Amino acid sequence: MRDVIFYLLIIGAGTGGELCVSRAMKVVGEVKDFRPGALICVAGRALRLPWMWAGLSLMATAFFSLLAVLSVENVSLVVPVTALSYAGGALGGKFFLGEKVTRRRWAGVLLVCIGVGLVIAGRR
Amino acid sequence: MKSSAGLHFKTYVLILLMVVFGPLGNVLLGKGMKRIGAASIGTPAEAFDLLSRVLTSGTIWLGIASLITFFAAYMLVLSWADYSYVQPASSVAYAMVALLAHFMLREVVTPLRWMGVLVICLGVLVVGQTPPRTTEPT
Repeated sequence: MRDVIFYLLIIGAGTGGELCVSRAMKVVGEVKDFRPGALICVAGRALRLPWMWAGLSLMATAFFSLLAVLSVENVSLVVPVTALSYAGGALGGKFFLGEKVTRRRWAGVLLVCIGVGLVIAGRR
Repeated sequence: MKSSAGLHFKTYVLILLMVVFGPLGNVLLGKGMKRIGAASIGTPAEAFDLLSRVLTSGTIWLGIASLITFFAAYMLVLSWADYSYVQPASSVAYAMVALLAHFMLREVVTPLRWMGVLVICLGVLVVGQTPPRTTEPT
């Protein structure tokens, strides 16, 4: 039961965190200058956005949950299981970020999810 | 419209960084946590003891450094590419995780699990055929 809670935190908080960070980076805008000074400015702009802090907090929660699960389970099982967030991610991209998720992209996401299912089924 | 080839090139470079450093970070974290043992956080003293062991593990710090590199590439690519494109496209990292876990940690990866990894990669190829950006930049 404890592991299930940790998996839910990894998937839920991880996906929520990524969506928040993605939203923040869309506000920052496309990065065109990759020089160190310019990248520090980008980081500074990003860290002034509440979405970024919300995202980082959620991702930190997911990170510590991941550490807890990795202490008892194999990496080759734990990491694929976290890919169950893909369906949520595509839904979040569509409804939370207003992205246009094409049928082909949905098909790709579906294949990824089937693959994850096989990975889980291959548990010894 | 801006050069589509240029947009694809920098997208692929950053996704490559994500695919290398994300799995490496996870495998290093797994190695570090296996050395520390099962996490028990029943009492504040146990939680503090666990945290101190985590924070003094060189392997875990290497894993964190790898994940920071992954995260930096991830944030940069998200500044122009769709989240719903980047997330599945980076899933080729699952093949990397399986390979690294097998060769670095000696984990047993069953044939069914390898097949799952191949299907994931197929999904990645399908996603890679879609345009990186479907929304107008703000």
